[in-house]
Amino acid sequence: MAKHRVSATVNGDAVEFLCETQQTLLDVLRDELHLTGTKEGCGTGDCGACSVTVEGRLMCSCLMLGVEAAGKSIQTIEGMAQGEALHPLQRKFLEHAALQCGVCTPGFLIAARSLLERNPDPSEEEVRYGLAGNLCRCTGYHKIVEAVLDAAREMRGA
Amino acid sequence: MNELRYEAPKTLKAALALLAGANGSARMLAGGTDLVIQMRSGRIEPELLLDLKSIPEMMTIVSKNGGYRFGAAVSCMDLIEHEAFAKAWPGVIDGIKLIGSIQVKARASVGGNLCNASPAADSVPALIAAGARVSILGPNGKREVPVEEIPIGPGKTSLAPGEIVVSILLPKRPAHSGDAYLRFTPRTEMDIAVVGAGVNLTLDGRGKCRQARVCLGAVADRALLVPEAAAALIGTKVDAAALERLAAAASAACRPIDDKRGTREFRIKVAGVMARRAAELALTRARGN
Amino acid sequence: MSTMVKYEEKPLKVVGTRPIRPDGVDKVTGRARFAADYSLPGQLIGKVLRSPHAHARLKSIDTSAALALPGVKAVVTRDDFADMASEFAASGELTINFRDVTRNMMAREKVFYDGHPVAAVAATSESIARAALKLIKVEYEVLPHVIDVVEAMKADAPILHEQQFTDGVTPKPDKPSNIAKRMVFARGDLEAGFKQADLIIEHEFNTKPVHQGYIEPQACLASYSEDGQVELWTGTQGHFVFRAQCAKVLQMDTGKLRVTPTELGGGFGGKNNIYGEPLAIALSRKSQRPVKMVMTREEVFRATGPTSGANVKVKIGCTKDGRIVAAEAELNFQAGAFAGSSVGMACPCTFTRYDIDNVRVVGHDVTVNRPKVAAYRAPGAPIIVFGVESVIDELAKALAIDPIEFRLKNAAKEGTQTYYGPKLGPIGYIETLTKAKAHPHYRAPLGPNQGRGVATGFWFNIGMETSSRLNVNEDGTVTLIMGTVDVAGGSRASMAMMVAEEFGIAYDRVRPVIGDTNALGFNFITAGSRGTFAGGMAAVLSAREAIGKLRQRVAQIREVALEDVLWKDGVAQPAPGGAKQFAPMTLAEIARMAGKTGGSISGQSEINAQGAGPGFCTHIVDVEVDKQTGAVKILRYTIVQDVGKAIHPAYVEGQMQGAAVQGIGWSLNEEYFYGADGVLQNPGFLDYRVPVASDVPFIDTVIVEVPNPNHPYGVRGCGEVSIIPPIAAISNAINNAVGIRLRNQPMSPPAVLKALGEAASGKTKS
Repeated sequence: MAKHRVSATVNGDAVEFLCETQQTLLDVLRDELHLTGTKEGCGTGDCGACSVTVEGRLMCSCLMLGVEAAGKSIQTIEGMAQGEALHPLQRKFLEHAALQCGVCTPGFLIAARSLLERNPDPSEEEVRYGLAGNLCRCTGYHKIVEAVLDAAREMRGA
Repeated sequence: MNELRYEAPKTLKAALALLAGANGSARMLAGGTDLVIQMRSGRIEPELLLDLKSIPEMMTIVSKNGGYRFGAAVSCMDLIEHEAFAKAWPGVIDGIKLIGSIQVKARASVGGNLCNASPAADSVPALIAAGARVSILGPNGKREVPVEEIPIGPGKTSLAPGEIVVSILLPKRPAHSGDAYLRFTPRTEMDIAVVGAGVNLTLDGRGKCRQARVCLGAVADRALLVPEAAAALIGTKVDAAALERLAAAASAACRPIDDKRGTREFRIKVAGVMARRAAELALTRARGN
Repeated sequence: MSTMVKYEEKPLKVVGTRPIRPDGVDKVTGRARFAADYSLPGQLIGKVLRSPHAHARLKSIDTSAALALPGVKAVVTRDDFADMASEFAASGELTINFRDVTRNMMAREKVFYDGHPVAAVAATSESIARAALKLIKVEYEVLPHVIDVVEAMKADAPILHEQQFTDGVTPKPDKPSNIAKRMVFARGDLEAGFKQADLIIEHEFNTKPVHQGYIEPQACLASYSEDGQVELWTGTQGHFVFRAQCAKVLQMDTGKLRVTPTELGGGFGGKNNIYGEPLAIALSRKSQRPVKMVMTREEVFRATGPTSGANVKVKIGCTKDGRIVAAEAELNFQAGAFAGSSVGMACPCTFTRYDIDNVRVVGHDVTVNRPKVAAYRAPGAPIIVFGVESVIDELAKALAIDPIEFRLKNAAKEGTQTYYGPKLGPIGYIETLTKAKAHPHYRAPLGPNQGRGVATGFWFNIGMETSSRLNVNEDGTVTLIMGTVDVAGGSRASMAMMVAEEFGIAYDRVRPVIGDTNALGFNFITAGSRGTFAGGMAAVLSAREAIGKLRQRVAQIREVALEDVLWKDGVAQPAPGGAKQFAPMTLAEIARMAGKTGGSISGQSEINAQGAGPGFCTHIVDVEVDKQTGAVKILRYTIVQDVGKAIHPAYVEGQMQGAAVQGIGWSLNEEYFYGADGVLQNPGFLDYRVPVASDVPFIDTVIVEVPNPNHPYGVRGCGEVSIIPPIAAISNAINNAVGIRLRNQPMSPPAVLKALGEAASGKTKS
């Protein structure tokens, strides 16, 4: 089967990969680019564990084909920290114990960063609705919401 | 083995040619939020995926004579973030906002939502209530039809082989108009509508309803326009009695099924409730305009 | 011999604080590696062919076309696995039978559920593996099926296992039955007890199966070498138990199989069982290449877990001042395709929160055409407690007694004789009730269509085989190797904290890692809230052994008697009242000299931990009911739970909150939908509705600490107990909000709306 040859940018780095038409961006990130931080929880866009941003837009990488990534700029969890400095959301998740098993955590961090970019001062309700596309089964969401609100406060300089 | 091809034509003409050449085994790819799932589960086995997102007419939102024309492949998020459009048609936006999570809305399109033809599609009832029309291009040229003529059953549309839905057109709004879409889901987010209700109404200068359209989703094999429910409002000030009659007409029109999302009995009852609540919201918006 | 280590009350420096978890940074950067994140060069992708029928005889399987497909390197079916005789073993909180384990992982004579594996392939790519599955020809003889527990218990029900006769019934039955086992727990004289009652309430409750819902689907990677050595990476709650089970069903030496537990993306009991592991190993053996198998979410729903669905009957009698005099229950639990549900654990949990003289609990374990059930957080208890705590609520209401007051009047306490054997030791049930009653939530005002409900929970918690070791590194840091898998709860952090406390050093000087099966002796599954309890006990004993050795070295170096050396705050110093003074030595100083003074210093411990302390909790929930749609909104939720000792309070809170939200999902919207054909209709997160962030409020937690006297830091397990009360608490709250009493789970909008309609038209029987 002839594969597509695709060039894209991932976390600021130029990448090139081969993929079959039916491979999703999630498959490509994990299996071709070996960036396993983005997780598959359901494969149907219902859990958000595969969340990435493409051209600055938050989306489920399991619903996008790898071949569609051509020429696009993609951000995954691996690119969230700036060198040795963790992003405030990453730090706050740790401080607030907003993670347990951690498999939903990359998706939540990417989604939360996107939320705060669009709305730097969300209410508790806005955080909950803004993260409704990400499932967590361990935490009951309590400490995640606390961490996001606290990170927002810090990022606003409040 | 299935050799799945992918093409991203840059013009409608090129897309039509590819479609014609595929002999029925091609599928349109806009957001892919239904298509990719169906493909990977084996429910459909296309031989060609036509990515429409490189075709300019399919990706633009244009204001035209006070109305709007937006491409069928425009993402939900693009529509939601288009301030002027969202202001003109908040009810249509209500529906679009409910198509899955933020992640899904970044990709999902109204064209896809419509042509996937789920009876529960969230964008459809408000579009029908709004009197939207669809622009189609095919081997026999261009045609335009009301949105409600597209879905004909679960997963089935009236499109002829080789046709593509290019854009959706919303008319200019008269003054004192308002629309709304509400749905019932068991969770607060992330569910398919158990019942959906879209209401669009226009008041005269003295607060009397002079035009209305009411459309229900998820209570029949496709979205249901309910003229009797609209009639309950027209000529009234949309008071409690009129809303009661609207609710009763909505419930009476339902032809729902029992499934994993709701029972027949539940849908019939809640259709009336959601129709009334949508009408109340549409009324508030109309009074504000 | 079993081990119990006595609790010592002492000032604490590390235990009770909130440091960052050691696996935290890896998890927030995407570096943490879960099972599906592992790959080996040259690996093949394994996929499983599954039955589309709920019940059928497996007549023939023809894999020749699949094997011939280019890229396919191996195919396995029942012919590749030995038949196993009946043999029981403990596996987490449930018991498994190897005869059934081998049949569940790969069907032999029959298929018993939609999703039951019938063959597996390994190929060079996923798309080729999927294509190969389509080429396997299977001949089924479809049989009538039964999925409802009450239907399955009837004499004329389709029988799943022709050789299954109800155990626990005399005389031994001669007709096969879907009732695999009947059990009875009793105390006192039930009939006499009910005669003393002024008020008796009796009701029936029904629940549906629910899935643990972990976000990470099962995945494993197996690599078989030509010399028979196997390496297996898998997401498991118990790598030693997986090793034992895989070795047994594959008939290989235990010591030839090295199992590495990968970072686990949620388990809740659902990852106590082997599924694809033996298949991957067998495929690797046949193909001479590593084989990676990752389940899709659909496969997870069709073929793993869930918990039992059930039908239960509860009857409780009390005097007019609210003293319970007799209690009876019948628990009919679905086991799924093979016997072994949690009914055996649910029976002892039924009434244990209360001191009742006359009790009788009867349980039935019933096979039905659904996937084999797995443990789910306090297995079975939420189901029966739904019934009991609802009836308790009705009794209290009928007698106009405050619901917490009613429970206090009857509460179990230290010395209470249970109806299943032991007497309770020191417990914190009354403390949780009292604190709940005094909590501001209990007095907060409520609006229209809003109601408040209360319910309580109890879980035994377990100990079991545990082994660990630690090494003092040359610079005085300590590496702790644990065998209890950290099932997300943060037990790695808690172990490191206890070890740091023992040594008197800073938390970040202790590095906890989970050892693979080559590194340690047997460790039981992390289940039954045993991780921090038993793992902690072993870690503490290892630390104490190492400290003994450190003191010995100092005695040697400083030429003093061992009893003159005291270990305190990370330093070996002269014992007060000791014979000789000497210059103290820090851990780092001793460690630096270890090589010269006898070699490196370590400690280890292999125990069978006993003395697990039972956990109790009280929940308060406020709901609002939309009377027009039946939607139930959770407004406010408070948990008061006795955890013995919160080693790391934030992780304890996390357990309480996570468990409660699972309970909320269980109460309101989670269930399996089957068609008339017995095929699962909602095998995905779209229509299997777990709570999302906007469905729940903040969950307030109050930690009570009544130390467990049998653990050095007083730990009781805390992970399970808070999943138990939500269903009853929410049902009680709905009753207080709008006057309807729901006795079927889930209490989804159609059910609520129907009950409201029936109540309005006077049709309800209360």
